[in-house]
Amino acid sequence: MRNEAARRARFLRRKWINRVALTLAFAAMLFGTFWLAWILWETLRLGFESLSPALITENTPPPNEPPGVGGLANAIWGSLVMVGLATFIGAPVGILSGIYLAEYASRGGLAMTIRFVNDLLLSAPSIIIGLFVYAVMVVHMRQFSGWAGAVALALIVIPVVVRTTENMLALIPAGLREAAYALGAPKWKVIIHVTLNAARAGVLTGVLLAVARICGETAPLLFTALNNQFWTTGLSGPTANLPVTILQFAMSPYESWQQLAWGGVFLITLIVLGLNILARILSRNTSS
Amino acid sequence: MTQPTLPEPDIAALPIKLSIQDLSFYYGKYRALNHISLDIPANHVTAFIGPSGCGKSTLLRTFNRMFELYPEQRAEGQILLDGEDLLASRQDVALIRARVGMVFQKPTPFPMSIFDNIAFGVTLFEQLSRIDMEERVEWALKKAALWDEVKDKLPQSGASLSGGQQQRLCIARCIAIRPEILLLDEPCSALDPISTGRIEELIAELKKDYTVIIVTHNMQQAARVSDHTAYMYLGDLVEFGDTEQMFFKPRRRETEDYITGRFG
Repeated sequence: MRNEAARRARFLRRKWINRVALTLAFAAMLFGTFWLAWILWETLRLGFESLSPALITENTPPPNEPPGVGGLANAIWGSLVMVGLATFIGAPVGILSGIYLAEYASRGGLAMTIRFVNDLLLSAPSIIIGLFVYAVMVVHMRQFSGWAGAVALALIVIPVVVRTTENMLALIPAGLREAAYALGAPKWKVIIHVTLNAARAGVLTGVLLAVARICGETAPLLFTALNNQFWTTGLSGPTANLPVTILQFAMSPYESWQQLAWGGVFLITLIVLGLNILARILSRNTSS
Repeated sequence: MTQPTLPEPDIAALPIKLSIQDLSFYYGKYRALNHISLDIPANHVTAFIGPSGCGKSTLLRTFNRMFELYPEQRAEGQILLDGEDLLASRQDVALIRARVGMVFQKPTPFPMSIFDNIAFGVTLFEQLSRIDMEERVEWALKKAALWDEVKDKLPQSGASLSGGQQQRLCIARCIAIRPEILLLDEPCSALDPISTGRIEELIAELKKDYTVIIVTHNMQQAARVSDHTAYMYLGDLVEFGDTEQMFFKPRRRETEDYITGRFG
């Protein structure tokens, strides 16, 4: 016999538990989002106040100027060049390594070792990478340089790109590869034209996220590119950059510098936000 | 173990395209095919039927050495294509695959345009001018009965087509490199009845130019499209003969049980 009353009681209990779980999850989401929104709001608000054409057209001012004088042009330029160079070095190395792991050495002992080391590199504190490049480059060149800064940033890009490339390639169904092999295509053509092509958006997303990550990295640059008050054309000396400038200016007692630091924070936040949105759009296009 | 039955005299009299001789196949230590021998006649449709795991797809995948992608798989015996042993290592696997094309269970359009999906395979073996390539693409799409549906959207992505169209694109892609044999591995199992009907009509059309070998779960399909049928069970070839005779008057009890649905 069906016991209607007991069935109903059980149903109500489940419904109640469901409601409690949902409320807890929603509260946790609100709590997390609240701080994120606050951070975003505060950086944008304080940064917005220092927005002016001078921010991107003038170089960093000497200390103790009245607020509103000077900008971050040299730091923006230095960051742009170093991030670009780091991506230029790191992305190809990372993509090729990811291809090697996913397509050539997927199960061997060597692949396991590379994966392990890559994961280590991925979670290594960035200050360690900064000190490493200081020891192997800066010390020998007897000078802080933009080159060293770019190398340090590239070392952060590589493991991120290796990881995402391998993961994205692993998502490509075996049937697609087999279909290309069945036409008589050699392995390298299958990889370039079919596998990598199918994973293109995912791989690009990985690169973009890596770029977003290094945009704000301070520690690796502190020991490598250092900073520079002036506009530099080459990378062979200390090179101005946004993160270290922000660090230096925010910690200074001068109001004009502090305001510029917020301007820099605003710019970096905007760039990272933009890169993440771009990555989102790219990965959405893949799934459809 | 059952002995492979000798083919009916009417098959034996036909010109043989593919002759399988004492073929065994291993997944690691597990033997999936036991001493298979059969002759597949040219310009006919041969169907492999049997319950899941009987080895019919495994057998198909030896004909273009697809199994070589996986190091733990190996085949023993001989597969003679016009008298030449495909399994002999001096044969270049790319050239074999150009002669023995394969279409898979799930449609697998490449992540490129419809045109490039077909041109990709062709450029592996031939250097064609733009005009010749356009001609070849049109020819292959017409052969695969897809031309009318896609002629205005060749630059569009292959993935934008419906499932049935994608599968015909895969057939066109395969035909474009002018193979001699077409291997179809359950080509309709992911398709709706209308698309399935289209592909079946196409198979009947294709046997004029190609030797077609089809693996299917669907016995009605085997009865509809094939001239000869091989029934396999647990890695053995149980019976091989004329399709009509096989379905109306099978010579072996096991075949009859499977076909009538008492088993499998």
